[in-house]
Amino acid sequence: MAYTTSQPQPGGFLSRLGFGAGARKKPAVAAEEMKRVQFTSPVLPYLFLFPQLAVIFIFFYWPSVQAVSSSFYLEDPFGFGSTFVGLSNYTDVLFSAEYQSIALFTAVFTVLVTFLSLSIGLLLAVKADRVIRGASTYKTLLIAVYAIAAPVSGLIGMMIFDQHVGPFVKMMSYFGWHMQVGLNYYDTAFAMTVVAVWKQIPYNFIFFLSGLQNVPVSVREAAMIDCRSGLRRFWTVVLPLLAPTAFFLLTINVTYALFDTFGIIDVMVKDKPANNPVTLVYKVYADGFRGNDIGGSSAQSVILMIVVFVLTIFQFRFMERRVHYN
Amino acid sequence: MAAIDISSVGKIYNGGVRAVSDINLDIKDGEFIVLVGPSGCGKSTLLRMVAGLEAISEGTVKIGDRVVNEVEPADRDIAMVFQNYALYPHMTVRQNLEYGLKNRKTPREEIDARVNEAARMLEITQYLDRKPRALSGGQRQRVAMGRAIVRKPAAFLFDEPLSNLDAKLRVSMRGEIKRLQRRLGTTSIYVTHDQLEAMTLADRLVVLNGGQIEQVGSPLDVYHTPASTFVAGFIGSPAMNLVKAELQGDKLAIGPSLISLNGYAPTSGAVTVGLRAEDLRTTSASDGMPFTVEYVEELGSQRLAHGLVGDQALTIALSGEAEITDRMQLTIDPSKLHFFDAGTGKRLEARALAKAAPTLAEPVA
Repeated sequence: MAYTTSQPQPGGFLSRLGFGAGARKKPAVAAEEMKRVQFTSPVLPYLFLFPQLAVIFIFFYWPSVQAVSSSFYLEDPFGFGSTFVGLSNYTDVLFSAEYQSIALFTAVFTVLVTFLSLSIGLLLAVKADRVIRGASTYKTLLIAVYAIAAPVSGLIGMMIFDQHVGPFVKMMSYFGWHMQVGLNYYDTAFAMTVVAVWKQIPYNFIFFLSGLQNVPVSVREAAMIDCRSGLRRFWTVVLPLLAPTAFFLLTINVTYALFDTFGIIDVMVKDKPANNPVTLVYKVYADGFRGNDIGGSSAQSVILMIVVFVLTIFQFRFMERRVHYN
Repeated sequence: MAAIDISSVGKIYNGGVRAVSDINLDIKDGEFIVLVGPSGCGKSTLLRMVAGLEAISEGTVKIGDRVVNEVEPADRDIAMVFQNYALYPHMTVRQNLEYGLKNRKTPREEIDARVNEAARMLEITQYLDRKPRALSGGQRQRVAMGRAIVRKPAAFLFDEPLSNLDAKLRVSMRGEIKRLQRRLGTTSIYVTHDQLEAMTLADRLVVLNGGQIEQVGSPLDVYHTPASTFVAGFIGSPAMNLVKAELQGDKLAIGPSLISLNGYAPTSGAVTVGLRAEDLRTTSASDGMPFTVEYVEELGSQRLAHGLVGDQALTIALSGEAEITDRMQLTIDPSKLHFFDAGTGKRLEARALAKAAPTLAEPVA
């Protein structure tokens, strides 16, 4: 799929966060130590690295290069040939009003989903952390959603907003709001955001909860003696100590909202009348695989790649500096 | 600065486990009180109830004239030093010191003045801009003390503050805590399981066992007149020898040997006798207690000989040069003997001492 071309970035900053870095560094260190002892040929370690490198190359770099190159061509829909068109795929996309409105929706959607799923996840984690009696039941119930397979949970979420049987739609009709998910742009956007947030909360909850449990009890107690207001204690002591977790989750959640909400959007807007909100990734897919406009779709995915790249650099440059790692 | 009045305080945890029961303790203004006892004796729980980190199940705690049972920890006017320092890892040393004052809306100049004074007192001025992780254990503990000092609280609460330090640092920090407390004159409660720390720091010692007070008194009172076999075995190093014996008139029978008591016998029948290792002497006379040496510990200035009298274990402390043979005869001044009830373990006052020192041992709660 076209949107996998942007995966090198998430993989890249995940490893910088320590995810996968250990896995990648360890063999390297071991290889270094072993080189002195055993490796007679300098080729051998590279031979061992080859399968991993091959996977990265075939599945990440090659498609990326393909995307970049095909973004300069206008391809025949039936695959019979292609014409070099220079940057016109890019200009077509960037100056299209439809693309601009989708980009705007994607930005708003990403900000909302990230903000809401992070803050609700944090709120639930803080509350669950304080529960003493029945704590494990409570936590399990909150985490359980995450154990449900993504498409299933997406479908369950969708049922809530179903035109005919959705309980939320019924409830809202009492207040005079006649939701038409799949028909009305804003109703669809609302449902999409709610389901996307709902699906991501357990993930954030788990990380925040374990982060909270890593804040030493005695530090909290010292803060209780130093500061009367619980809210102020949270902002000045607990939250700064959660910052590494929060920063990691921020990166993950932005990626989630941009890319991994694809399934939800697909279930929600597929086979529905036009003018429903979609994100940039969905448009890449729709144009490339439904509209057979490989060139335009590739140009879009390259633009997306650049956006994510810039976003990631921004996050690490300006946010990580403020994060205190223990 | 304030007095602390703990009356009939008890702690029952959810599920009915009783950690502390019926503690009565009047702490005078400026006094240094050390709570000492083995792990699980309730000393930390008691301290945390004073701090407000644990709810008080029974009784009342008064700081100054105010009952603080329902008062938030931040409003109790106390400062606490924790075993693992509990510094805020994301703040610099200066921010750590300031935090409590800022939250109390102390004016800026006042904060600066107090922080600088405390830093100078504790010799941490050059570390003020560092984060705690860049400091050694001893330095961190100084910062933790600084955080308490700048607050100028009514009372300092110390929860085993030296346990995480190495032995040498522990001794020097112990001296420093004592010096600071003298200088500031702040009422202090200090929890430790280390009897040596307790002896050296305390104005008054509180020995706890199983959630109850065994004895309250000055370190020397507790050392010289332990109120029970528990206190006798806990305070002093090496621990006091406790042996089963029988009083026969004015004579004491320990195993095969008889010691004449010169009128010190408090009662008659079976008793537990306490003998300090350093009070036992070797003698060349043949009427002493026969002592079989099993092994010797060399401490440099002292030699500790462990062995048996009859079938009961005994330790004696001899000077560094003393000669030790496999079999020795021991003697002890009868006035140095401690008698305890064989059943309850409570102290039995020797007759000659009973009149002289009624104030030494506080009644046991």
